[in-house]
Amino acid sequence: MISARGLRKSFGDFEAVKGIDVEVRKGEAFGFLGPNGAGKSSTMRMIASVSPVSGGELRILGMDPATDGPAIRGRLGVCPQEDTLDNELNVFDNLYIYGRYFGIDRATCRERARELLEFAQITEKAKAKVEDLSGGMKRRLTIARSLINNPDVLLLDEPTTGLDPQARHVLWDQLFRLKQAGVTLVITTHYMDEAEQLCDRLVVMDKGLIAAEGSPRELIDAHSTREVAELRFGVGEHEGLAEKVADLGERVEVLPDRLLVYSDHGEEVLTAVLDRGLSPIATLVRRSTLEDVFLRLTGRSLAD
Amino acid sequence: MASLSSAAVPAPMTPTNAARLLVLRNFIVYKSAWRLFLTGFLEPVLYLFSIGIGVGQLIDTFEFHGEAIPYATFVAPAMLATSAFNGALMDSTFNVFFKLRYEKLYDQMLATPLTTGDIARGEIAWGLIRGSVYSAAFLVVMVAMGLVESWWALLALPAAVLIAFAFSAVCMALTTWMKSWQDFDKITLVQMPMFLFSATFFPVEAFGTGVLRWVVEATPLYRGVVLCRELTTGVVTWESGVSVVYLVVMGVLGLLVVRRRLDALLLT
Repeated sequence: MISARGLRKSFGDFEAVKGIDVEVRKGEAFGFLGPNGAGKSSTMRMIASVSPVSGGELRILGMDPATDGPAIRGRLGVCPQEDTLDNELNVFDNLYIYGRYFGIDRATCRERARELLEFAQITEKAKAKVEDLSGGMKRRLTIARSLINNPDVLLLDEPTTGLDPQARHVLWDQLFRLKQAGVTLVITTHYMDEAEQLCDRLVVMDKGLIAAEGSPRELIDAHSTREVAELRFGVGEHEGLAEKVADLGERVEVLPDRLLVYSDHGEEVLTAVLDRGLSPIATLVRRSTLEDVFLRLTGRSLAD
Repeated sequence: MASLSSAAVPAPMTPTNAARLLVLRNFIVYKSAWRLFLTGFLEPVLYLFSIGIGVGQLIDTFEFHGEAIPYATFVAPAMLATSAFNGALMDSTFNVFFKLRYEKLYDQMLATPLTTGDIARGEIAWGLIRGSVYSAAFLVVMVAMGLVESWWALLALPAAVLIAFAFSAVCMALTTWMKSWQDFDKITLVQMPMFLFSATFFPVEAFGTGVLRWVVEATPLYRGVVLCRELTTGVVTWESGVSVVYLVVMGVLGLLVVRRRLDALLLT
């Protein structure tokens, strides 16, 4: 569906995307993960065929965005990071006119708009002004709008940023249903739980390059251990104690408030720690998550 | 998802259809705000009454292209031209700026098969329609008041459409360079003197024979005013042709610039 070879994007001297290879297959949910400024949004804008490619090759649905922009966009659904709804129109008209932009006829647009209001669970708000909707409703409306043309590929840029947990779960459920229906999803996010929930495959981007690629499981296997033992000691003690447990895991990470010991057998680490006469205030053994992979690959310092 | 019907893949859009969709979008917005249209129509009518008729009572007839005409007949076509000018200006400056910088409306449209060219043509078409509606209504007022002296006046409507097109395109182009609402003071700074000094209320001869007159005659609103006046009074000259060409070129250039500017601003 989407294939990129050595894809680049630069703004003047600044290179936002420094040559990436990506292959998105039909029907899968593909994720772009990365800290702010990693180049995710620039990549998404190029795929959405609104941002000219600076270098490399990009094909979407077999077409070149430089020459077939409108044809490609006709088969994409785009859900931007911010809810860019038409505030001068009511909720129903937002869907209706957006459908018309795709060249869909009046009757079909009206029918689709009604179905999508239902899908987004905002039917009773059809005549409401957009600005009167809650954040969650606006988000659902934006997603509903991106589906008006029955897209082959749905691009979602940070779909759940700013939503409360309930709204996020509703959205995940809807996206899952779309995926079941055969829509290819391309998602950017910096929420690891979201990526684990939704993505079949993902790439971790950092500073304009791809740092790792695979399924969430594969990434955890490749870049982290099966489990992590978290040890909390007194403030300021962590740095000094790190050496004493260093040999117990594959890797030890020192955080201001705790030590992370990466090992395939967390409980054994814990026992060994206690055997050595160390007495942490609190302990926790958990499975490695994508977040561990993410932080390992992109570092803990702030990106911007 | 099973409940969602599958839409047929629509045929590619022609530029005309695409522009029509933008007009449709603006029409839906204004359906509920038609009162705004009323003010744009009333402004030139009020000027016509206060200055054309009111001040006109203090003035004898005077000459236009060698023909003696009453003052109201002189002022009315100028108001016709300025109603097209004002109508086009309002949409292509404030409204376009709002959509471009705050609403991000064009970014939404660019996620669909619409192109920057479609947006440029559609918005200019809307400005043109709005200006033309004002002018058509005003022309009816003129006919009703007996301020039209020739069948040439039938062409005054297309002339007004042309004025609306030219200003719509150029003003939208200028708006793409605006950074904040303060920049709009500059528009007002140009709009007011243009309105007052484009031979609207007194003949261009009042500027003497120097550079100033030459400058006035080269301004677009003057070309529009004189064109309308020549048509409603029936004194069509070769100068009318010059005005038409002037306005067409201005509109087309504006359209091309808008297109390029939208590319630079939105397709980054």
